[in-house]
Amino acid sequence: MSVGALFFVVIVLGLIGWFVGRARAIALRSSRTGRFSALPGHHGWFVALWTTLPPLLFLAIWFFVSPAMVTDAVIATPQAASLPPTGFERSAILSEARNLARGEAFGAFHDLSEVLAPAYAAAQRRFDWIATALAAILAFAGFAFSYLRVRPQFGARTAVERIVMLLLLGASLIAILTTFGIVASLLFESARFFSIVPLIDFLFGTHWSPQVIDPRDPGANLGAVPLFWGTFFIGAVIAMLVAIPFGLMSAIYLTQYAKLSTRRWIKPLLEVLAGVPTVVYGYFAALTVAPAVRDFAVMIGIRWASSESALAAGLVMGVMIIPFVSSIADDSLAAVPSSMRDGSLAMGATPSETIRKVLVPAALPGIVGGVLLAVSRAIGETMIVVMAASGVATLTLNPFASTTTVTKQIVDLLTGEAEFDSAKTLAAFALGLTLFVITLLLNIVALIVVKRYREAYD
Amino acid sequence: MSHKINAHNVNVFYGEKQAIRNVSIDVDQEDVTAFIGPSGCGKSTFLRTLNRMNDTVASARVEGDIRLDGEDIYSKDMDVVQLRARVGMVFQKPNPFPKSIYENVAYGPRIHGLASGKAELDTIVEQSLTRAGLWSEVKDRLSDSGTALSGGQQQRLCIARAIAVDPEVILMDEPCSALDPIATARIEELIHDLRGRYAIVIVTHNMQQAARVSQKTAFFHLGELVEYGDTNDIFTNPREQRTTDYITGRYG
Ligand SMILES: Nc1ncnc2c1ncn2[C@@H]1O[C@H](COP(=O)(O)OP(=O)(O)OP(=O)(O)O)[C@@H](O)[C@H]1O
Ligand SMILES: [Mg+2]
Repeated sequence: MSVGALFFVVIVLGLIGWFVGRARAIALRSSRTGRFSALPGHHGWFVALWTTLPPLLFLAIWFFVSPAMVTDAVIATPQAASLPPTGFERSAILSEARNLARGEAFGAFHDLSEVLAPAYAAAQRRFDWIATALAAILAFAGFAFSYLRVRPQFGARTAVERIVMLLLLGASLIAILTTFGIVASLLFESARFFSIVPLIDFLFGTHWSPQVIDPRDPGANLGAVPLFWGTFFIGAVIAMLVAIPFGLMSAIYLTQYAKLSTRRWIKPLLEVLAGVPTVVYGYFAALTVAPAVRDFAVMIGIRWASSESALAAGLVMGVMIIPFVSSIADDSLAAVPSSMRDGSLAMGATPSETIRKVLVPAALPGIVGGVLLAVSRAIGETMIVVMAASGVATLTLNPFASTTTVTKQIVDLLTGEAEFDSAKTLAAFALGLTLFVITLLLNIVALIVVKRYREAYD
Repeated sequence: MSHKINAHNVNVFYGEKQAIRNVSIDVDQEDVTAFIGPSGCGKSTFLRTLNRMNDTVASARVEGDIRLDGEDIYSKDMDVVQLRARVGMVFQKPNPFPKSIYENVAYGPRIHGLASGKAELDTIVEQSLTRAGLWSEVKDRLSDSGTALSGGQQQRLCIARAIAVDPEVILMDEPCSALDPIATARIEELIHDLRGRYAIVIVTHNMQQAARVSQKTAFFHLGELVEYGDTNDIFTNPREQRTTDYITGRYG
């Protein structure tokens, strides 16, 4: 049986376990009097969980490790002796053979694939049998163990509670483990990249054109500085020039001036803005803002204005970030005790003086933390720049010139015809890793700043 | 003798609810005036009408006639910003700004443009801190944060901050309620020293404090002014039964 079918069988077994366990508990109950530490249903759950969890855990692991085991088995067959020893062709043949064996393909490019396909099918069948047998043993062992423990005095209720707690813990670890997995794969691919391209060339090189890579000096065209500059220029400079003032002003208006009724409809409206899919912002940037920016540049006499300018992408990204900044600034301002405001007003300060000189400075750490989080979001933002920024990496301060960003380059490198071993493709992972490290640091700093500030007022 | 503040037939409402009923009171320049009364009777509310801090409460509405040196403070021509510079306020909980000690005191003079240069500002800061009895304790750490001081020091800093704009009246709303007895004694001493230079109105829950620091006492109950007169008379020889009950601790 396949892993998927086994999964359903195990679930059905669990259901049966539930009824059997419960029935046994009821039977034992009727033969005795006195207090019971658990209801029959708890015993049912106890048996059901013990019957299903061990085989399910096994199947989950099996799902990941068995393909490699099957492939190893195929390689061990005499037919596989004529496989090319390493490289791209070897894995292509193996994957063709696998597809043939599964009936997912009907012809093969390599003759050897056709030869290997029956071996593949046989190996697959053998391993499926092993899986079925092991799952059945585990299910039965779990069932027997738990069934025998169904006694009137057995605390099935607390036992179930403990298992549920472990399940919840497991669920909360999934996201963390996945992150570790992502980091591990990024690290692995990046390590391969850096075995081809020197780290120094990548981090400090100022020339980026991955289309042509000289195999004798692959680092020459893979200098990431222009990309990081473009990312910084669009996400941390232009976008923030839009998002910080407007976000802050809207927060100030909402917390200090707006009537409750006004606040009640403006705030949700701003939050809706945060829910607009970024791809929508993307074509707004590409189709509306970018041409307008270019026309404007031409109007004021700039001849080399690009229609994929940094300004267009940055402006729209800034608008996208406004609700984010506004919401954090709003929280920080609201956290400043009202006694500060009263104290300042009672000195004869006007409301706007009070805001500028007391409230904003008092809320500043929170606001700064929020802005850092916003920056980290902006530099990781992909859709807007994919659609509106250019693919050409230039090291420029001119907002009307075309610039590219790290995320845009990653997309470009990984789409289209990519050979999965070239420096060009691997560069995407190195870029991703660097971006990941930068945003991680930004987030950590931001959280520390925000936390310090919370402590100051609690 | 002319009065510094004349309040006549003042009513204050929070929405529909009336918090102050028909209160009339005159505050003298030379005196410290104490407001006493059970919690919720409207002492703070009335105090806040005197510098129009009630304007910051959206639901609050003030009726009646309140004059500062004969000028109607609720008239259209009255500049609230100027009024609050003339009538300073110290709050129940010390509320120094999260700025340096120096900046806390310099805040008022700066926004009102009282100093024409750094030297003059320094003088104002030193003078205000001296008058608030804090100078000797903080003169070497003026750039430390005001919030790093002890509670009692913070409250004296707030008094210095209020003094710095050279007000005519200082309103204090339970300025010692968050302080220990020693810090309280220092503030009382300070009020004693400031008397005469500023008209002072102080709200307090502490009978002994009212008796110690004030010359005039007003007893509020349920939004009404029950009795107002010389502190000595109020505490030794009250005219109203309700006053007697309150100051002897029979209710409150
Ligand atoms: N912002 C407000 N909105 C509505 N009602 C208020 C507000 N502030 C005070 N009140 C009400 O007005 C009345 C008087 O309150 P006030 O704070 O003036 O009393 P108080 O005498 O200062 O009491 P305490 O001694 O406890 O400080 C109370 O009934 C209170 O509930
Ligand atoms: Mg009060």
